[in-house]
Amino acid sequence: MRPRARLFHTGVSLLVTASLVLAGGCGTAGPGASRDRIQVWALQDPQNEPVIRAGLGEFNSGSPVRAELVTYVNDAYKQKLHVSMGSPNAPDVFFNWGGGNLAEFVTANQVVDLSHALAARPDVRDAFLPSVLAVGRISNGQYGLPMNGIQPVVLFYHKGVFAKAGLAPPKTWSDLLSLVDAFKERKVTPIALPGSQGWTELMYLEYLLDRIGGPDRFSAIAAQRSGAWRDPAVLRALQMCQELAERGAFGTNFASINYDNTGASKLFATGKAAMFLMGSWEYTSQLSNNPDFVKRGDLGWTTFPTVDGGLGDQANVVGNPANYFSVAASSPHVRDATTLLIDTLSSDAYVRDLVNSGQVPAVAGVEAKLAGTPNAEFATFTYEMVAKAPSFTQSWDQALSPTVGTEMLTNLQKLFLSDISPEEFVEAMEKAS
Amino acid sequence: MSERGLLNPRREVRTVVLVQASQLRPARRERPGFLWAAPAAVFFTIFGIVPIAVVLYLSFTTWNGLGTPEWTGTTNWRALPEDTDALHSIWVTAKLTIFCWLIQTPLSLLLGVWAAGPQRNRAILSTLFFLPLLLSTAAIALTWLSLLDPNFGLAASLGSYVGVPDGNFLGDDSRALYAVAAVISWQFVPFHTLLYQAAARQIPVAMYEVAEMDGARTMRQFISITLPQLRNTIIASSVLVVVGSLTYFESILLLTNGGPGTATRVLPLHMYVKGFVGFDMGYASVLAVLLVAVGTALSVLIVRSTGYHRMNSDREGM
Repeated sequence: MRPRARLFHTGVSLLVTASLVLAGGCGTAGPGASRDRIQVWALQDPQNEPVIRAGLGEFNSGSPVRAELVTYVNDAYKQKLHVSMGSPNAPDVFFNWGGGNLAEFVTANQVVDLSHALAARPDVRDAFLPSVLAVGRISNGQYGLPMNGIQPVVLFYHKGVFAKAGLAPPKTWSDLLSLVDAFKERKVTPIALPGSQGWTELMYLEYLLDRIGGPDRFSAIAAQRSGAWRDPAVLRALQMCQELAERGAFGTNFASINYDNTGASKLFATGKAAMFLMGSWEYTSQLSNNPDFVKRGDLGWTTFPTVDGGLGDQANVVGNPANYFSVAASSPHVRDATTLLIDTLSSDAYVRDLVNSGQVPAVAGVEAKLAGTPNAEFATFTYEMVAKAPSFTQSWDQALSPTVGTEMLTNLQKLFLSDISPEEFVEAMEKAS
Repeated sequence: MSERGLLNPRREVRTVVLVQASQLRPARRERPGFLWAAPAAVFFTIFGIVPIAVVLYLSFTTWNGLGTPEWTGTTNWRALPEDTDALHSIWVTAKLTIFCWLIQTPLSLLLGVWAAGPQRNRAILSTLFFLPLLLSTAAIALTWLSLLDPNFGLAASLGSYVGVPDGNFLGDDSRALYAVAAVISWQFVPFHTLLYQAAARQIPVAMYEVAEMDGARTMRQFISITLPQLRNTIIASSVLVVVGSLTYFESILLLTNGGPGTATRVLPLHMYVKGFVGFDMGYASVLAVLLVAVGTALSVLIVRSTGYHRMNSDREGM
């Protein structure tokens, strides 16, 4: 009996101690940060931070409530935001990607609808490019406002390699296929693809589906309409992706190549690969990692090729329309935080700072401001590409819910490696959504 | 009397001098009370038991990390057998565990025994071998990621010598897991070497001297003395390797992120992807409970089947 009695004793004292510790813990775990300021959360980003800081400074000079910027590293941010929203430590204004990610917060009633505030300031509403503003709209409410530059996906090509081979950048899909064969013969990897990261492969599927079937096909998928993945256009786009990979367009080792350690960018810049389909940020990345390559004038860019017989407008664009700022519903400063966003994000000073940092703001009529900047040529190209686009489809992994997005990227990697067939991809995704 | 006592001549000697066995045992000390265990127990309760209980609860709910979890009964659990990725990840985990054990145990055993010896250059070489132990996991993973870059890394220049001319180690379905196991082993062999070195130093020199007199050569000595004497260390190190591989995921996350496809997606990584990338906390909790169960079962199995829990010492006179 004794051991048992002792066990009981221990158990009781444990419970008491534990509850004491827990109670003590709760007492201190409350809102530690001061709540008399507007906390603005964003990503650590040397390009963007000074712009936001200047914008907040402007706001602070005329506001009774001060706003302060808190930044986080990219990788941990989504988790951090997810955990803190709805807790007493939630931010007042938060950086997000719009689309499916923002929709999760909206569904949980944690985001403020800015529609009324915008209705009172039509000048602000009309300042933004409509296609970019649309990604911050969730079920008829405007929950996010663009806070940085547009990032469409662009087909980059190496002018030196093309000139040496006497070839021209592709205009149509069949051009691209014959270029793949031509470069393979010359022992050059036709297209650099950091296939260890599924989102880089997604760009092909996004563009192909848009070219083949138009933007509505993906809208149906994003709306989780049953059977949307079974659309023949989706199947055709998937087949073309797999054909491209099997044709050797990306070399044999693309699944080992990483984007984050600049492996793919270097492959392209050194001329070992002839083309690179990537977001417009690749320009800035090349400028800092391989400045000679850009300065020599070897970095060329063009739009994604057209597909014969496709229903989609060839001017359509995919990519990241922008990133967004939203106001948390739990904030004690909802009114001031809303004013902050409305007053700042389309102001002349903020737009000018964005342009000077090398970005292309999602603001109508910004061409004149872009003209004098050091990288005006590329900036103007991306601006016109987006401004003229009838539709700007957001990157699918951002537009879809995180659960479906993750599943899609995994299956896409398998598709490019021919581990699964396009049909199996469709069935897997139909099951996941 | 136990078999061991009968076979042990030492016990016989004791009865001859007529000293009662009970008097030979160390004086019976009062066991430390629960107060001694309280700090550790409270810590374990808060950071071990309570989270497990919460995860168990969450596994019966649907929750994306926002708002309140909604009770859905056994929906998540019923989804488990249909999740082919989960079944695959269990298989990958098992393979990774076996590879890690097969690489690490012989290597660190040999290195450890060697490092316990008196050779002249031992100190310098041992220091070099222990270097990976000083680096952080993330640093190791990122370094290897660059080394294994198929176009600009070591993989590009050395790949052709091992039959992989395109340097495609991390991106090949069949090779990626070996590459990951190699990197993990590179990181942890020094730690296990340290265990073996310490244990090998504890083996009484007298044993080797006697063996030498009996004409046993180095190999014979290693097999008949060193290995049996290191038995408990091998078990301890194996438990660490097996349980460690079961929960291991940082390097894999950084090296391959579970890819290509799901070729290196171990169970913990699958849980992470479901929970913290897909924000399906309910289902991720199912996987977490599964991990706890498998981990516990496995370590109990190893410890029981090897007799480690009896804590018998093989040292002479102990």
